[in-house]
Amino acid sequence: MAIRPDYVLFDRDTTAIIFGNQEAAVQRMLDFDYLSGKEKPSVAAVVNPSGGRRGFTKVFFGWHEILIPMYNSLGTAVEKHPEADVVINFASFRSAYNVSVEALNYPTIKTVVIIAEGIPERQTRELIALRKKLGKWIIGPATVGGFVPGAFKIGNAGGALSNLLMSKLYRPGSVGFVSKSGGMMNEMANMISLNSDGMYEGVAIGGDKYPGSTLVEHLLRYEANPNIKMMVMLGEVGGKDEYEIADAIREGRIKKPVVAWVTGTCAKVFPSEVQFGHAGAMARGEAETADAKNAALKSAGAYVPSSYDDLGELIRRVYEDLKAGGVIEEKEEVEPQEIPAGYNPQTMRKTTNIISTISDDRGEELLYAGIPISRVIKEGYGVGDVISLLWFKKRLPKYVTEFLELALKITADHGPCVSAAHNTIVTAKAGKDLTAAVASGVLTIGPRFGGAIDDAAKYFKGALERGLTPGQFVGEMKARNINIPGIGHRVKSVQNPDMRVKLLEEWAFTNLPKHELLDFALEVEQITTAKRNNLILNVDGCVGILFVDILRSTGIYTEEEIDEIINIGTLNGMFVLGRTIGMIGHYLDQKRLHSRLYRHPWDDVLYLLPSEREALRYRKAE
Amino acid sequence: MAQRGIREYDAKKILAKHIVKFSGGTFTYHGKVALVTPEKSIEAISDEKPWLKRDKLTVKPDQLFGKRGKHGLILVGTTYNDAKRWIERRMNSTVEVGKASGKLTHFLVQPYVELDKEYYLAFTGHQEGDYIHFSPVGGVDIEANWDKVTTVNVPIDAETEIEDVDLSPILDGVSNEERTAFRDLITALFRFYRELHFGFLEFNPFTFKDGEFLPVDTVARLDDTAQFLCHEDWMDVEFPVPFGRELRHEEQYISELDDKSGASLKLTILNPRGRIWTMVAGGGASVIYADTVVDLGFGDELANYGEYSGNPSTDETYEYARTLLDLMTREKVEGGKVFIIGGGIANFTDVAKTFDGIINALDDYAEKLKEHGIKIYVRRGGPNYEAGLEKIRNAGERLGLDMEVHGPDLHMTKVVKIALKNLNGGDR
Repeated sequence: MAIRPDYVLFDRDTTAIIFGNQEAAVQRMLDFDYLSGKEKPSVAAVVNPSGGRRGFTKVFFGWHEILIPMYNSLGTAVEKHPEADVVINFASFRSAYNVSVEALNYPTIKTVVIIAEGIPERQTRELIALRKKLGKWIIGPATVGGFVPGAFKIGNAGGALSNLLMSKLYRPGSVGFVSKSGGMMNEMANMISLNSDGMYEGVAIGGDKYPGSTLVEHLLRYEANPNIKMMVMLGEVGGKDEYEIADAIREGRIKKPVVAWVTGTCAKVFPSEVQFGHAGAMARGEAETADAKNAALKSAGAYVPSSYDDLGELIRRVYEDLKAGGVIEEKEEVEPQEIPAGYNPQTMRKTTNIISTISDDRGEELLYAGIPISRVIKEGYGVGDVISLLWFKKRLPKYVTEFLELALKITADHGPCVSAAHNTIVTAKAGKDLTAAVASGVLTIGPRFGGAIDDAAKYFKGALERGLTPGQFVGEMKARNINIPGIGHRVKSVQNPDMRVKLLEEWAFTNLPKHELLDFALEVEQITTAKRNNLILNVDGCVGILFVDILRSTGIYTEEEIDEIINIGTLNGMFVLGRTIGMIGHYLDQKRLHSRLYRHPWDDVLYLLPSEREALRYRKAE
Repeated sequence: MAQRGIREYDAKKILAKHIVKFSGGTFTYHGKVALVTPEKSIEAISDEKPWLKRDKLTVKPDQLFGKRGKHGLILVGTTYNDAKRWIERRMNSTVEVGKASGKLTHFLVQPYVELDKEYYLAFTGHQEGDYIHFSPVGGVDIEANWDKVTTVNVPIDAETEIEDVDLSPILDGVSNEERTAFRDLITALFRFYRELHFGFLEFNPFTFKDGEFLPVDTVARLDDTAQFLCHEDWMDVEFPVPFGRELRHEEQYISELDDKSGASLKLTILNPRGRIWTMVAGGGASVIYADTVVDLGFGDELANYGEYSGNPSTDETYEYARTLLDLMTREKVEGGKVFIIGGGIANFTDVAKTFDGIINALDDYAEKLKEHGIKIYVRRGGPNYEAGLEKIRNAGERLGLDMEVHGPDLHMTKVVKIALKNLNGGDR
């Protein structure tokens, strides 16, 4: 991770985790990134705690859609994106506190921005104490955030694309700006860009009585930042924060020129106390009035206009003076990353309906998970490697692909009498083509036939995770009246073991350093076979269980991800793929034999119809 | 939205419910308080609160103002019948308290407490913690005796338990025998103050006897944003408006709209006869617009303060605009009025969507606006502002309204100057 000086909260490399499913805000951040000519988006991940939706969110980066990872817990997002040191917390006032405490406590997070308005003051005060103890920053609550032009933008701050262009927020200027009001950010960015070379950084600390970081703290950061040459501060009636600025100027801790204005001068003519729009905006006592604070700032040496109307003019004067004095040099104008005339994101960006992340046929060469087909061939990738690329989007280690191939070989066929082969044969004999015959066979694969792989993996994994002993697991399944998936065979038994299972076990013992789930399953088998000798671990069960052991052994996947691999049907895919080899074989076999239409013999059917009288019992004579 | 004062009656009711819990059973408080209102006379209450007819009583208005003794608004050590007459004479009468003038409508009645000693205790919050202020010399002259008030700070960190804080520095003026009792009492009341999200809590004076806490005067503010955490503990607490600032029907309506919305909608009517009406987006910008009107010398003509922000829906904006239009078209004034639809450059509020709401309201009130000679000035920027400005400009033409529309190229408050120049007598 890049080391940043203390006074820098955000730069061009900053990436943030967005808490809350805020598609529009994420899009605006990426628009800003694009205009600023950044190569990478500033959003590392999105946390969507409520819907439980995981996966990805689609957003545009310039003209193209990209995917940003989405998680349902902040912890996962932080763990997966250790380079992200900012959390932008869009949680509501009810949960903003808990989310912020959690975020502050992650070592990789340095700054938490809290958007929500209406967080209890005591909770905010606790957050402030916590962030000070940990040496971190909070911006907010009750704010839109802020931005560092050309580098990083928080959520919705800065507004829409047109405003980013108008106020030239795609490139840095020389002015550090801080205000309470988030709503005034854009207005001030515009005013500052019209009267100077623009903002270097702008932060709105929010309108609450207790802001997570104060006006003066940000001004002191700006003082330390050599890129900032002058500052603009927009304060507000209520509270005494502005006096800290006056003190800092008087004591020489702030030396750069500060143009300051405290709003709310109107309060004096109001008939009684008025609570303005912001929670903190109410004067308790003379010292908290706008007039008193403006006067204090002025006497300390800040540049204070006579009204808001003259603020822009005063900024210009101070800026021109600094330029004349050589403090600010003329910068070469940077153009935003080009966007065509009449660009309108709403109408010109077309959202795609289909996403493909495994293969791409558009280029010169076909790509499997990014790998050109020529490389697949020339470097001798096996079928297991190809499955690994197209199913797992990465080239898994050799022992894994070996297992995939082993599983395919073992499940390829199991004779003509099992459901899939039987259906294929019957359909082939009816004169149908290969696709129809194989399809009719594939359609038999499910919970009773071949489909136990997923379930075996799921149940055994769950039992082990919950810390059940094999005995407890068997007991629980009996109590729930569920046959343990992956246990039991129609023909094979302890005395007449299934060679396929033995081969798989043998492979595991030789190739896997650890096979916890297999060990657990074998203990379960001990218990079940003691009851009946055909309740052995079957081939479906063994493939499913070993799959889990193998995925774990790679160290690539979290338990959550392994669960997802199982839940989306990957393991059953192994059986479907393997057995299709056999079904095609049976179809070709029947065709070669010119076999004729199949008719099941009468004597193999037990006919048990109701009598005519019984069938008509409930019908009155007409 | 912030700290808000509550009635002494509610503060004491909440205290009575919780003091046993927070003191671990060491202290009790009888919670004998009655609130007499225009709807509920002391007679009506006396059935459920028989002590009213039995005990010696103290009566005072309960409407968020202090110094009641100095205004002759307290009756001490009285009987039921005298209290009844005293209240009846004052109910609905108008009194002046400091700068404010308002109607007396709520009276607190409680048993009279004989005080041999008057103590002072208050809790206030600041950023790093909470202060406990204590004085053995409390009562009406507390301000004159402020040098006797001692203060201790309790840091905010969640780990700091009040039990770990050394209270002895503030208990210097207390006899040795009473120290433990005071420490226990202050500890319990502090926890009550902290756990129930009070912003301010003051007992002046108070005393206690045999584990019975006896507060005479109590002032309290609650942080109303903690409603979602405390609504059960606070019971049905009410947040009255400050004395002399009774909410008008329209303000009440907008406040209810605000409560229901995720967006922010605020309205304060300053002068219903004022000729300058504003509908400004944003908590920060709205203050600056009001400042500008005052700076230009038109403070006395400013009819309202208000703001809408946080991307309100078209319907919410319609309701808000309609309320304002209705208010400004009630009374005809010589020289006409101006209506400023202002705002900065929005971050995420959809200008076109909110302007649809304003346009719908203008549709409803177009004829009246013309009748009253109201000129409309618009200045706004932000997402979709081009479409929003175009729409309102078209609506102005279609409805034949006197309207001027500006975008972000016009300085935010310049529109105020333009509007006031066009108000008759517009040079001050």
